[in-house]
Amino acid sequence: MKRFTLSMPVRYIINTVLIITLLLVGNQIMGSGILGRAQTAIIIQVGFFIILAVSLNMVTGYLGQLPLGHAGFMAVGAYAGALFWRAAVLPGMASVVGGLIVAGVAAAITGVIIGIPALRLRGDYLAIITLGFGEIIRVVLNNLDTITYGARGLRNIPRYSSFMLVYICVIVACGAIHMIMKSRHGRAILSIRENEIAAESCGINTTYYKVLTFAVSAFFAGVAGALFAGNIGILVPANFDFMTSINILMIVVLGGLGSMMGSVIAASVLTSLPLVLQPLNEYRMIIFSLMLIVVMIFKPSGLMGNYDFSMSRIIEKVVNRLRTGKTAGKLKSGK
Amino acid sequence: MAKHDPRKPFVPQRDHDKSPVMECVGLGIDFGGLTAVDDFNITITPTEICGLIGPNGAGKTTVFNLLTKVYKPTRGKIYLDGKDTCGLNTMQANKAGLARTFQNIRLFKELTVLENVLVGLHNEMYYNVWGALFRVPAYWRTEKIAKERAREMLSIFDMEDMAEHKAGSLPYGSQRRLEIVRALATNPTVLLLDEPAAGMNPNETEELMENIKKINKTFKIAILLIEHDMNLVMNICEGIAVLNYGKIIAKGTPAEIQRSPQVIEAYLGTGGGGGDA
Ligand SMILES: Nc1ncnc2c1ncn2[C@@H]1O[C@H](COP(=O)(O)OP(=O)(O)O)[C@@H](O)[C@H]1O
Ligand SMILES: [Mg+2]
Repeated sequence: MKRFTLSMPVRYIINTVLIITLLLVGNQIMGSGILGRAQTAIIIQVGFFIILAVSLNMVTGYLGQLPLGHAGFMAVGAYAGALFWRAAVLPGMASVVGGLIVAGVAAAITGVIIGIPALRLRGDYLAIITLGFGEIIRVVLNNLDTITYGARGLRNIPRYSSFMLVYICVIVACGAIHMIMKSRHGRAILSIRENEIAAESCGINTTYYKVLTFAVSAFFAGVAGALFAGNIGILVPANFDFMTSINILMIVVLGGLGSMMGSVIAASVLTSLPLVLQPLNEYRMIIFSLMLIVVMIFKPSGLMGNYDFSMSRIIEKVVNRLRTGKTAGKLKSGK
Repeated sequence: MAKHDPRKPFVPQRDHDKSPVMECVGLGIDFGGLTAVDDFNITITPTEICGLIGPNGAGKTTVFNLLTKVYKPTRGKIYLDGKDTCGLNTMQANKAGLARTFQNIRLFKELTVLENVLVGLHNEMYYNVWGALFRVPAYWRTEKIAKERAREMLSIFDMEDMAEHKAGSLPYGSQRRLEIVRALATNPTVLLLDEPAAGMNPNETEELMENIKKINKTFKIAILLIEHDMNLVMNICEGIAVLNYGKIIAKGTPAEIQRSPQVIEAYLGTGGGGGDA
């Protein structure tokens, strides 16, 4: 018997319906007042950490490079978006969307500028140089006093980051990265991770794809930064220190390098953990580290390995299971 | 080279005059004090199968690395279709018509067999990043045609039913074959095979031999191959070059090479008796 498979348009319709339903249900719950202030705050935070994690996963998991300056791109996006929103050059919704785009583009340009020299290096050298760039960005923001108000903080940022806006951005980020990865461009990126010389020998422009990956990753980190700014309403460069980059990397590694689903789950768990562990506040960091150590010992490829969730695959599996069950039954009764 | 129209079946349209498709003139490279390859001259006509043999460490793989621009030559020139290739990098050399396999297999292990071939077809597809993002019609059309063509190419080696397996999980012989398919997918004019029969049993080698001939005929491309299996080399190569200590010590037809005293000496050492090489 031929295996049951869903056709492409059906897959897309199922996924779209599923996502919109989840989004609306989430919005209802957030608006209903069931959740306390702390919970709502965490859920919003989970949103931008998901974006940060899936975007970093693109470079770390898919391209196979290890940058340590993700917070730097987030910072560029946060300040670009916040300044744009404060200036209020566009009316209403246009300003909100415009700010996000400006944030993403500013971060992506920074990504390209940093990526071109940094991506000539590999492994620990790349890690160190991106770490350096990340810190440079923070120091520059600290000293651009006339624009960013440095350590005193950039205040009065419009609080645009509603549940709906944050999670629409989550969906756009995950969707866009998924679309790129499931294409010839995605395969080119993966081939670089797998074997760079072989990729070049297959006619893949490795430099282009490395920089492209860096730019897309930085773009979404920038968007997450703007959402962060629109959430807390005040920015200080210290928000974007080295530890923030490490935290995002920890999420990606814990979730499984190269698994978008893993990044999403790990971002949700690790970001909401402080809330759950509130009573154990002093031991929080210890529990974090223990978790990481345990996962690395028992599942070095991360929670999800490189498995990626697919609703249509699950439906196909269930249908196939049911159908083989049925034919098996028929065969028996026939005998 | 003109872009291959993916809507047409895979039959390269090239005018086959007898002008050489690849030519090396005085090619050489030094690694520090070591001269790995020196004064390497070779001319390959379209549709020719040519062998490159020699003892281990003779510099054969280094020649491939020079041709594909993994190494930059210290001296000499490489011409493809009469054009100097200096200044090209590995990716551009592939676009100019050179595809290769590796002695130490370099597959994309975590990708499936089909995806490996699709990476080879990368430059035969034409939608850009925005096209992928918004899933434009060209995306669907190109992906569909490319996947069909990838399966078609896998069928050369009867590998269609392995399409969804991870490349790294294949047996050794299949990995070598997959590398050939992946190289072929880039639509080359010259295919470079580095010890394609290494690790294969006599049956597999026999089959490989037939397949190399088949590829040479159907795709109408030149093939330059490095191989230690003398039976294979003598059977399918029209011309053979023998390399020793980085220098070509003999060139000619299989029969000439088998008789050449220098070759016998290189393989058997000085004082080795006559007879077959
Ligand atoms: N990157 C390199 N650096 C230094 N020496 C090299 C390099 N690549 C090859 N060689 C040397 O060049 C010589 C030829 O090697 P190779 O081309 O691999 O031989 P083979 O004919 O067995 O394929 C060897 O002595 C090898 O050590
Ligand atoms: Mg070799």
